[in-house]
Amino acid sequence: MKLVIAIIKPHKLDEVREALGGIDVQGLTVSEARGYGRQKGHTEIYRGAEYETSLVPKIRLEVVVTADYADRVVETIENAAKTGSIGDGKIFVLDVERAVRIRTGEQNNDAL
Amino acid sequence: MHSRYWKYAGLAGLAALFAAAPALAQTAVPAAPFTPTPDMVNKGDTAWMLTSSALVLLMSVPALALFYGGLVRAKNMLSVLMQVLAIVCITTLMWVGWGYSMAFTGGSEFVGGLSKAFLKGVDATTLAATFSNHVYLPEYAYVIFQMTFACITPALIVGGFAERVKFWPLMLFIVLWSTIVYYPIAHMVWYWAGPDFLPANPNDHGFLFGKGALDFAGGTVVHINSGIAGLMGCLVLGKRIGYKSELIAPHSLPMTYIGACLLWVGWFGFNAGSNLEANGITAVAFINTYVATAAAALAWALLEQIVHKKPSLLGAATGAVVGLVAITPASGFAAPMTSIILGAVASVVCFLFVTKVKNALGYDDSLDVFGVHCIGGIVGALGTAFVANPAWGGQGWIDYTVAPAKAGTFDLSAQIISQLWAIGITLVWSGGVSLVLFFVIDKVIGLRPTAEAEREGLDINEHGERAYNI
Repeated sequence: MKLVIAIIKPHKLDEVREALGGIDVQGLTVSEARGYGRQKGHTEIYRGAEYETSLVPKIRLEVVVTADYADRVVETIENAAKTGSIGDGKIFVLDVERAVRIRTGEQNNDAL
Repeated sequence: MHSRYWKYAGLAGLAALFAAAPALAQTAVPAAPFTPTPDMVNKGDTAWMLTSSALVLLMSVPALALFYGGLVRAKNMLSVLMQVLAIVCITTLMWVGWGYSMAFTGGSEFVGGLSKAFLKGVDATTLAATFSNHVYLPEYAYVIFQMTFACITPALIVGGFAERVKFWPLMLFIVLWSTIVYYPIAHMVWYWAGPDFLPANPNDHGFLFGKGALDFAGGTVVHINSGIAGLMGCLVLGKRIGYKSELIAPHSLPMTYIGACLLWVGWFGFNAGSNLEANGITAVAFINTYVATAAAALAWALLEQIVHKKPSLLGAATGAVVGLVAITPASGFAAPMTSIILGAVASVVCFLFVTKVKNALGYDDSLDVFGVHCIGGIVGALGTAFVANPAWGGQGWIDYTVAPAKAGTFDLSAQIISQLWAIGITLVWSGGVSLVLFFVIDKVIGLRPTAEAEREGLDINEHGERAYNI
């Protein structure tokens, strides 16, 4: 099993979710996050007081899939979240040791 | 209220009944003393003044509170709302206690007496003067209308040091400031015997009324007065922790927007209501208030487009308030086209002040009460001399020392000097007294919360609650 973590632009969430639904991904978890990469931050101005905001709002999306499916998920997220401009985000893939579906007690691939 | 025409003037009124009648009797005026009668009260005027009073209250408890509240951080939201609400409640009770009497009875040129303390002698049958001969209001309507001004003015002050002041010491300041500063300044600018009494009692008026200062709805009494007081509090209290080093951004600009828009609506009661009657000049004040605000909001947004490359909502809303402040003293004297110019000019001046001068000087006027209300008020007070000029479509001033009152001869340079008197006296008296009050209260009981309480927020530490539990 693989855990795919994607940090994406907030306004790209709907497109990514639709694309993942299109390849039969059964579930995912989304959280609002803040962070920075090469994009750095942006400037906010309130009555002339300028603030450099280093942490910009992002969406952190997590999905666990069977190992053989991970590449396709990564590719799908990449295509759906891409705008081509700086700040599009990153995707990480990690190994997952164990999974349990709480309601039935099913384990690992059966639990996904 | 105010001095729509006055050179000798101010406004006010009513008190005339008391002060003038006995005085008249003693002088050798041939005619019998004038006594207003109930048929001199107009139902339309009365209805308009009561409506206007409600509109001005709208400006304080919901509008100003939300305008200010949206500008602070979420941890201090309730502290600002509570300060505004409590100040309005306290100053309401003070007004019917001794404020009305100190502001609007005769006495000296500088402050009234206590003859109407606790509304002694005021009832449903007593009358208050307007700006027209033989036109009167029920005195209660006048007491109420003026009360709403006495409530919002001290509430404006809290913007100077929001997010870093203790609640009860602030309330103590408000009680002392209203008594020592607001009531005397209101008396100096707005108290006079009324058009039916002044001719026989030419000295029965406040000091600045006598100087010929024009302040239709409170540019000096409300805005310069509160703006300079807020600056003094800001200087005595010092900067907020993290000022210029941390992100101190408004927590809810939609709240600020709601507040600014309600201010615009309520301000029609403030300015057009200040005519004390429902007539053509009331409509003049209304349209001037309308268009000056629109011009000022757009001017600020355009300046931001030029300077910052983007027009911000906060900027446009701030510009709208600047326009409202600047047109306040001029509202009943200007013409619509000169009002547009006045609003736009005030917006440019305040923009430079709030975005450049404040940063250069480095003081932390949290919500720009000085930059918007005091500076905007000064631009408006000086601008009033120009826009009142009949040569440019203005209303000029009315000479009330003769009966019936008639238009006076307008002299621009003399008018500017009159305006400078009102601005100067207000800055010196309000600024000086406020500085002393803040300093003494801070030394004796302390005005500023602990650093830890300020960091955690005033809502939880001063009031034991949070604005948002999501």
